[in-house]
Amino acid sequence: MAEILDILVSAAFWTAVLRIASPYILGTLGELVCERAGVLNLGIEGIMVLGAMTGWMTVYQGGGLWVGVLAACTAGALLGLLHALLTVPLGLSQHVAGIGVTLLGSSLSYFTYRLVLPQASTPPTIEPFQPLPLPGLLAQTPLTYLAVALVGLVAYVLYRTPLGLAVRTVGENPAAVEAQGLSVTGLRIGAVVAGSALMGLAGAFLTLSAFNAFFFNMINGRGWICIALVVFASWRPGKALLGAVLFAAFDAFQLRLQQVAGGALPYQLFLMLPYLLSIAALVLMSRRAAYPRALMIPYRKGER
Amino acid sequence: MMGWGAWGKVARRTVLGGAAALAVGMALPAMAQTKLKVAGIYTVPIEQQWVSRIHLALKAAESRGEVEYVWAESVANTDYERVMRQYAEGGQQLIVGEVFGVERAARAVAKDYPKTAFLMGSSFPAQAPNFSVFDNFIQEPAYLTGMIAGAMTKSNVIGMVGGYPIPEVNRLMNAFMEGAKEINPKVKFMVSFIGSWFDPPKAKEAAFAMIDRGADVMYAERFGVSDAAKERKVLAIGNVINTQPQYPDTVVASALWHMEPSIDRAIAQVKAGSFKAEDYGPYSMMKVGGSSLAPLGTFEGKVPADVMGKVKQREQDLRDGKVTVKVNDGEPKSTM
Repeated sequence: MAEILDILVSAAFWTAVLRIASPYILGTLGELVCERAGVLNLGIEGIMVLGAMTGWMTVYQGGGLWVGVLAACTAGALLGLLHALLTVPLGLSQHVAGIGVTLLGSSLSYFTYRLVLPQASTPPTIEPFQPLPLPGLLAQTPLTYLAVALVGLVAYVLYRTPLGLAVRTVGENPAAVEAQGLSVTGLRIGAVVAGSALMGLAGAFLTLSAFNAFFFNMINGRGWICIALVVFASWRPGKALLGAVLFAAFDAFQLRLQQVAGGALPYQLFLMLPYLLSIAALVLMSRRAAYPRALMIPYRKGER
Repeated sequence: MMGWGAWGKVARRTVLGGAAALAVGMALPAMAQTKLKVAGIYTVPIEQQWVSRIHLALKAAESRGEVEYVWAESVANTDYERVMRQYAEGGQQLIVGEVFGVERAARAVAKDYPKTAFLMGSSFPAQAPNFSVFDNFIQEPAYLTGMIAGAMTKSNVIGMVGGYPIPEVNRLMNAFMEGAKEINPKVKFMVSFIGSWFDPPKAKEAAFAMIDRGADVMYAERFGVSDAAKERKVLAIGNVINTQPQYPDTVVASALWHMEPSIDRAIAQVKAGSFKAEDYGPYSMMKVGGSSLAPLGTFEGKVPADVMGKVKQREQDLRDGKVTVKVNDGEPKSTM
């Protein structure tokens, strides 16, 4: 028991929590922005893969780290634009389009990587972001600070600006937005593109900050976790931060718990822990969650 | 797949070259026939440590002019059977791959193509008449790296991060632990599995967790572990491939796997028409050069001399077949 407490009060543990949480924070924010505007984006997994690959490849080809970040966001935004065009003006099934975008994003990354590096034997590496100790804070890489800052920014824009009001309304009642003379299509496309750029950034965190090489399967379902975290967060940025940190804390905790109690229990139980606890938390938290009313409903002008 | 790299830049030359090769191939059918047609089917990218060893051995055979080599990577297990059939139908004479996740289906395919030779990574016995199996039986150098790790740890705590506890991983970890305990009976182990073959950030986090708890030598079964060791300035032991060039101040020693003896034997057997179902496991042993202890390189002189003496002696004994390392496929457990 004392050992478990030791884990929870150690600074190294909380540093690890924020580090693990960063891609979830960014991905969840991105998905949240899309869904607040009424568009489910199941392309998140593929967009994260493409972001991870593009960011890494840009740096590997000689670009700076921040240029890589920008490239990852752009790649994410472009895939987001594709998803938005399919689902908003064309009004296609958001599930099917999203899965399609995920398949496209993963395969495109794979293809590009092999095209550029046909004969790699060991994965080539780059010099990633280094931890930057801030006074009174735990040492994290710049992208983690950016992730936390973006939570505030997204919350501010959504709840304190006319643009945010329009985005939120377009996810609840697009006809009302139309009546205000605003473009439903434009707002939704914009939100999906912006959210997808954040997803691209989430992917790039893994190759530019958490690690220094790109692997095909390295996103490893993190995008799907973000989808669940949006529900956990009741579509609110602050709660999204909480959810991502909570999930990361469970994960960091189980990695350490495997050492304390590893001999006694099968390791699968520990690996399951973050997911089980997240489901439990989801059940408790989402009882009063109100999803955006127009989520997954395409808006067709004049249709009643 | 092999032409992709050149496609963008020198597409025209590639096409012309291809046409020329085709013309030559038609003009000299006898010459083409002497080259064995070999296909590789891998469930992961060729950068993956384990698969890279097979790929390298086949590339070497290709550059010696012995074989024509084609390959498919990242083939999903659900798609594996189809790719096997495609290559077998296409006239490949030897098909190499790994069927850990598709044992039953792959064996059924082999039955349908009795004239094709199959050499597959597998945890199960060979299947007559044409399905041979191999596996990474490199527990001998793993034991030797364990001896070195036991000597290098100051905290007497060694951390080990693995993907999944399957026999191929367990036997190496167990041999490593035995080796470490021989040199340093006080040593304790932390073992964890990340439930994924390809998640370096997660492997790195698992390694950080162990280093935070006092491990000062890390057994790097997965990519990511050596990175954590490098960042925290502790040591690491490599596995399957030599990663010291990437981590010169971190990786002390590595247990290397060489697929060449297995591949070369299979090629010779198929060419001679005498390929049959057998277990190629022994061709991964040190005695035949199927595995080895990587040279200390940057750590030359930094490992205590008396320990290195013992390691060298044991290495020689293993090569001579005087001693063996016990194969233990049970799941290794933390001993903290």
